Amino acid sequence: MARVWVFDSNISTDDIIAGRYLPKFEATKDPSWLGSHVMENIAPNFASKVGWGDIIVAGRNFGCGSSREEAPIALKAAGVSAAVAESFARIFYRNSINRGLPVLTSKGVRKNFKSGDEIKVDMKGGVIRNVTTGKTFKVEPLPEFVLNILNAGGLLPYLKRNVGKTRR
Amino acid sequence: MTITEKIFARASGKKRVSPGEIVEAKVDAAMIHDLTGPLAIHVFQEIGAAKVWDPSKIVIIADHQVPANSVDAAENHIMLRKFASEQKIQGFYDIFEGICHQVLPEKGFALPGRLVVGADSHTTTYGALGCVSAGVGATDMAAVFATGKLWFRVPESIKIVVEKKLPRRVMAKDLILKIIGDLGAEGANYRAVEFTGKGMLNVSMDGRMTMCNMGVEMGAKNAIVPPDAATKKYLAGRAKERYRAVYSDPSAKYVETHTYDLSELGPQVACPHSVDNVKPVSEVGKVEIDQAFLGSCTNGRMEDLEAAAEILKGKKVSRRVRLIVSPASRDVYREALDAGLIRILVEAGAMVEAPCCAACMGSHIGILAPGEVCVSSSNRNFRGRQGSPESKVYLASPATVAASAIKGAITDPRDV
Repeated sequence: MARVWVFDSNISTDDIIAGRYLPKFEATKDPSWLGSHVMENIAPNFASKVGWGDIIVAGRNFGCGSSREEAPIALKAAGVSAAVAESFARIFYRNSINRGLPVLTSKGVRKNFKSGDEIKVDMKGGVIRNVTTGKTFKVEPLPEFVLNILNAGGLLPYLKRNVGKTRR
Repeated sequence: MTITEKIFARASGKKRVSPGEIVEAKVDAAMIHDLTGPLAIHVFQEIGAAKVWDPSKIVIIADHQVPANSVDAAENHIMLRKFASEQKIQGFYDIFEGICHQVLPEKGFALPGRLVVGADSHTTTYGALGCVSAGVGATDMAAVFATGKLWFRVPESIKIVVEKKLPRRVMAKDLILKIIGDLGAEGANYRAVEFTGKGMLNVSMDGRMTMCNMGVEMGAKNAIVPPDAATKKYLAGRAKERYRAVYSDPSAKYVETHTYDLSELGPQVACPHSVDNVKPVSEVGKVEIDQAFLGSCTNGRMEDLEAAAEILKGKKVSRRVRLIVSPASRDVYREALDAGLIRILVEAGAMVEAPCCAACMGSHIGILAPGEVCVSSSNRNFRGRQGSPESKVYLASPATVAASAIKGAITDPRDV
């Protein structure tokens, strides 16, 4: 079962992965390098404690700031399987879908979760459930083409699968 | 339609578009740099495309880690050079040219009425020239490289009406900080911000770039200024092609309108650790500083260096303070040299560095230790942005940075 990690509003992509870790990733393309430093500036223990499949629940404007696609790459590499927030900054939102990280918008979600709560996400049904408290919350539904990209694991694998088919 | 809607309509081959509509638009220019570019190139190669859609429309600039400060950075620069050469990219600018958001307009790639994307959030800068200009990630950029097209959601527009003139030692930076403080860090999320009104005629091209640059700090997709005589003058001798300016219709619809009277504005400071934590400099209190940074894609232009030099002329930077100056481009550096500004800054005690992103993002030079405080003319004061998570960054205008460097504490530039 996925555990929740709660973050405040206005978590920036600098918070998610600091600029100093980008050059090495750009040169090596090794996502684990980013994963080992994710959230380091604001939650130094997060990278070592986050479990595979865990989910971030955050306030408003999650992922604001830089256009660095390393932010969703770092979250995924650390094991984060989705981010649920009251709102997302636009470049991070696009980058996350392109990288196959589900980003779900749910008004007022932040105050209904505590770090450590268990969570269940039904993307297709547009519902998340706080298993610990038993409460369920609606998320804004994602259009089908976005779900298809997410199911493929991102835009690149999606294109490879689908464009490849039509070409040959 | 608004100016932004008209540009999206033209770029997507439609007569009209409405906010909320998803369009596939043709891109007129696409920019990558050394910090995000290698990943975009990697994804482009993974897609399996052999050639970029149009090598004359791509701009590649090494500006973040220049000169290289690590083996990784040096390898990233090699990757950009190799790709630019293989793909015959005409707009390739190596490590000595300056910051992408100054070089691209200088070289005439950002034109009124056009659609520009960049793999950098501060791509909003080019809206100062009357184009729609938005930041994208590496995968979206790879798709643009391969096809020349990208999908967009047509944004709603927020109108900012600017009136009158800035008082002495108050700058466009103070205006945009004030606006961000009022609207909040996501006050313009997914939206276009249009700076208009007679007062904008009194804001220089440098100042307009500062304002549009920071549009993204309130979440904007793009920020835009209607072209005027100053735009035309700036583009004379620079524009890569002929262009046609477009303007918002009188009947254009806006989700919000805000009005600012420049004559009533004073110096503003964004306090740690968010860009919308804005106060008038008089309300910041006593804040001693260790470092002052004058530069970046927000405030490393001629007007900025002039404002700082006017204050620093014949004065000395406090012995407690390191003043780091990085002109935004080689052209700005040369112009500042010719105008005698560099001598004034150096004699006052500044370290003048090569044109680059420098101390803005904590991975090149001027990195802060735990407990240190920097007053910076750049655009972000997020925790750890310029080094240690235990350091603090205050954002201010070049005039405030210069005055603070002299006094060793955050200072109202009107008081020195």
